[in-house]
Amino acid sequence: MTIRIAMTVNGTEYARDVEPRLLLIHFLRDELGLTGSHWGCDTSNCGSCVVWLDAKPVKSCTLLAAMADGHAVRTVEGLETDGKLDPVQQGFIECHGLQCGFCTPGMMMTARWLLDHHPDPDEAQIREAISGQICRCTGYENIVRSIRWAARGSAGHP
Amino acid sequence: MGGPGIGGAPMSYGRLHRKEDPRFVRGQGYFVDDVQLPGMLYGAVLRSPHPHARILAVDTLAAEAHPKVRAIITGETLQQRNLAWMPTLSGDRQAVLATDKVRFQGQEVAFVVAEDRYSARDALELIDVEYEPLPAVVDARRALDPGAPLIRDDLPESTGNHIFDWETGDARRTQAVFDDAEVTITQDMLYPRVHPAPLETCGVVAHFDPVSGKLTVWATTQAPHAHRTLYAMMTGLPEHKIRVISPDIGGGFGNKVPIYPGYLCAVTGSMLTGQPVKWMEDRSENLMSTCFARDFHMRGELAASRDGTIRAVRVTVLADHGAFNGTAQPSKYPAGFFGVFTGSYDLEAAHCRVTGVYTNKAPGGVAYSCSFRVTEAVYLVERLVDMLAYELEADPAELRMRNLLRPEQFPYTCQTGWTYDSGDYPRTLRLALEIAGYAELRKEQWAERARGHLMGIGISFFTEAVGAGPRKHMDILGLGMNDGVELRIDPTGTAVLRISVQTQGQGHETTFAQIVAEELGLSPDDVEVVHGDTDRTPFGLGTYGSRSTPVSGAATAIAARRVRERARIVAAAMLEVNPADLEWENGRWFVRGDPDQGRTLAEIALAAHSDLELPDGVEGHLDASCVYNPPNLTYPCGAYICVVDVDPGTGKVSVRRFIAVDDCGVRINPMIVEGQVHRGLADGIGMALMESIAFDADGNCLGGSFMDYLLPTSLECPAWELGETVTPSPHHPIGAKGVGESATVGSPPAVVNAVIDALRPYGVRHADMPLTPAQVWRAIQGRPLRTDLAIS
Repeated sequence: MTIRIAMTVNGTEYARDVEPRLLLIHFLRDELGLTGSHWGCDTSNCGSCVVWLDAKPVKSCTLLAAMADGHAVRTVEGLETDGKLDPVQQGFIECHGLQCGFCTPGMMMTARWLLDHHPDPDEAQIREAISGQICRCTGYENIVRSIRWAARGSAGHP
Repeated sequence: MGGPGIGGAPMSYGRLHRKEDPRFVRGQGYFVDDVQLPGMLYGAVLRSPHPHARILAVDTLAAEAHPKVRAIITGETLQQRNLAWMPTLSGDRQAVLATDKVRFQGQEVAFVVAEDRYSARDALELIDVEYEPLPAVVDARRALDPGAPLIRDDLPESTGNHIFDWETGDARRTQAVFDDAEVTITQDMLYPRVHPAPLETCGVVAHFDPVSGKLTVWATTQAPHAHRTLYAMMTGLPEHKIRVISPDIGGGFGNKVPIYPGYLCAVTGSMLTGQPVKWMEDRSENLMSTCFARDFHMRGELAASRDGTIRAVRVTVLADHGAFNGTAQPSKYPAGFFGVFTGSYDLEAAHCRVTGVYTNKAPGGVAYSCSFRVTEAVYLVERLVDMLAYELEADPAELRMRNLLRPEQFPYTCQTGWTYDSGDYPRTLRLALEIAGYAELRKEQWAERARGHLMGIGISFFTEAVGAGPRKHMDILGLGMNDGVELRIDPTGTAVLRISVQTQGQGHETTFAQIVAEELGLSPDDVEVVHGDTDRTPFGLGTYGSRSTPVSGAATAIAARRVRERARIVAAAMLEVNPADLEWENGRWFVRGDPDQGRTLAEIALAAHSDLELPDGVEGHLDASCVYNPPNLTYPCGAYICVVDVDPGTGKVSVRRFIAVDDCGVRINPMIVEGQVHRGLADGIGMALMESIAFDADGNCLGGSFMDYLLPTSLECPAWELGETVTPSPHHPIGAKGVGESATVGSPPAVVNAVIDALRPYGVRHADMPLTPAQVWRAIQGRPLRTDLAIS
């Protein structure tokens, strides 16, 4: 049995017939080929799968693709605009905010959301914002610095 | 204009943004689960719910009837192909799919190949396995009891659940020192079973092409060449017909060194169906069945004088290796490099005896950035030193300073025969104390105590042993631990470096380019580093044990120097002078005394590919290779200080500060070094305070998801305070020592020492990791828990 779902992903309309139980992360990765979002734990603990659903970060490993029917999804592939990296992406490069790169897309999606709502977060706010996600490589400090860098970059005084 | 380094820093060694990052921040990393091939099928593993049971029957009929199932593989299928068992990296064997018994919860029993992920999982539910449950051995300390259930009845000469005895040092001399010591300390300590838990789980895409007879395996492996050789040995396929590709790897930490049953099942599945088969384990499978770390039950003893001179250390270890002896370490070292338990101190004598046992738990033991069990060794000795400080009411910093090896003692051969290459330990410790403001911290602690607050300061000083290794002593399954590189300078002066080691986030594409750049005066941008594909790289044993820079980094520098010398001959031919009259500077050979007469490397490279006449015996082109056989390990060191606050009402520990001074010799890219140290410090907090794969009395795994196996987040980790000292390795071509595991090795005892220091008012001398709120609370009550078992 399949159901018809339709959603906007990074501004592009997609419609597919899928199994009702298909997870959103698998829909994005296997059906649409958007492999930037990763699957890491199944239990909403690691956050490698964080994408936006209607401008809010969600863990796509615990959402059904069908729950995104009619909604707008944004993934890491939608961060870069007109060939220009988002300041968050640039910040992760500048401040060595990644090593293996597996958690990075999810971290950046949360960071973008944070900066959209709190343009100048302090360290505690950043740590709180990413506390539902796990990074096994950086010990978090350079992720915090990367997001701070992006905040300064966004404010126009790098 | 500066160079490409950050802030215009020099373009060779120094802080340099990573070449890897532009693809990762765009979501364009290419991990194994990103591989999509036409006609690709999906595999799933059926696992045992029992820790120990006899298999009476496996009924796959219903599963075979599933419309999307393409193949079902059982132990019987594999037995027909002589693949039901595979060799482990420790010379034991491990069941690929169980044929006789299951020996741990989560063991592989059957493998389904289906048209999609979900159907493969569905079909697992349709397989009916009839088990006869058997009593399980869960507690390592009961494994050798008479009458304990026999786990490995498959072995022809089974001697109960005993695997090996190994000893090092001098038992008699050590006893003599203990006999006349003024002070002795004895403590039982558990380094609990933990798991490396890389965020990307393990998996493969196997593609056997029946026409060419070639097997291609995209694998989450830290050691692609070693895997290729093992696949050849196990499947009987000729090695040149096997290609292992290790694309981007989402963290490894030792978890991705062994070959797992699922890999071989996927290979078999592809051979049976003639189509590519992907298998990615889920998080529970990763935590419950793949290579765990530690599970060392240690009794440590320390002998000292009243004045605080440490004289001898003695250790007895019971090592829980699980149901199959699958530890990954040099074959002559069944307890890894635990022999460096003598630590950073000048001892009169030392002795250690390790016994390995089988239990009904997942196999493994050597992983999680442990430097082949230096982690356990450092924890043991650094806890003992703190207990001595407790006993003597001495300051733990002063006690360490008094006993540390002095710079003039290097190279220093310790009582168990390891020759430490270099170090200035007192300077490293002094710097850490300075950054911490140690004297002020102690004053603050006394003031806090007077107010009833529990603040603790913990110190550890570690000596690492990395960069395996000299082939005379070190091999894995007979493969000497040497690694090759190939370096080619293109006609237009750019370079291609091919390496055997495999990054899992360490940034090899950047740092190895920097080594070539430093040696040849190139920009790192002009050096392409090729790795992770056995068809495109020279042989070598891969990345673990912090060996990439010590082994392949050395090979890279030597190959580059060989290229430089060849370039000298070509330049001499171009300039019509004697090669001996040329000098090298900034990527250019020039005539001594006449700097205008010279040729750049790019000019030389073009000439080397041209019709220029070269001296007899000199080949055209400009390339070199090197297989590096290290003369010794390298010995990084570090001094760590952790400051914690403990809530006496709940037992909750908060890490307030963490100071880490590392000496890893010459730093190629300090930004990457610091990132690796940050990582290991977070590991230390996780292991010391949160992480444990425990079991209940029936053998059920209690750490099978991230809801139960707790990893540190941004909230548990403080802002790290780093410092560095640089003592080059005297025998490494660029003086580098390796750093990938230093902080994981050095940080857990600093955290534990800090917590125990905080609990001093309660007279607590020791409690086993993880120091969860429950464990700290119990320690305050004088009844610390056994953290490996869900019994108290």
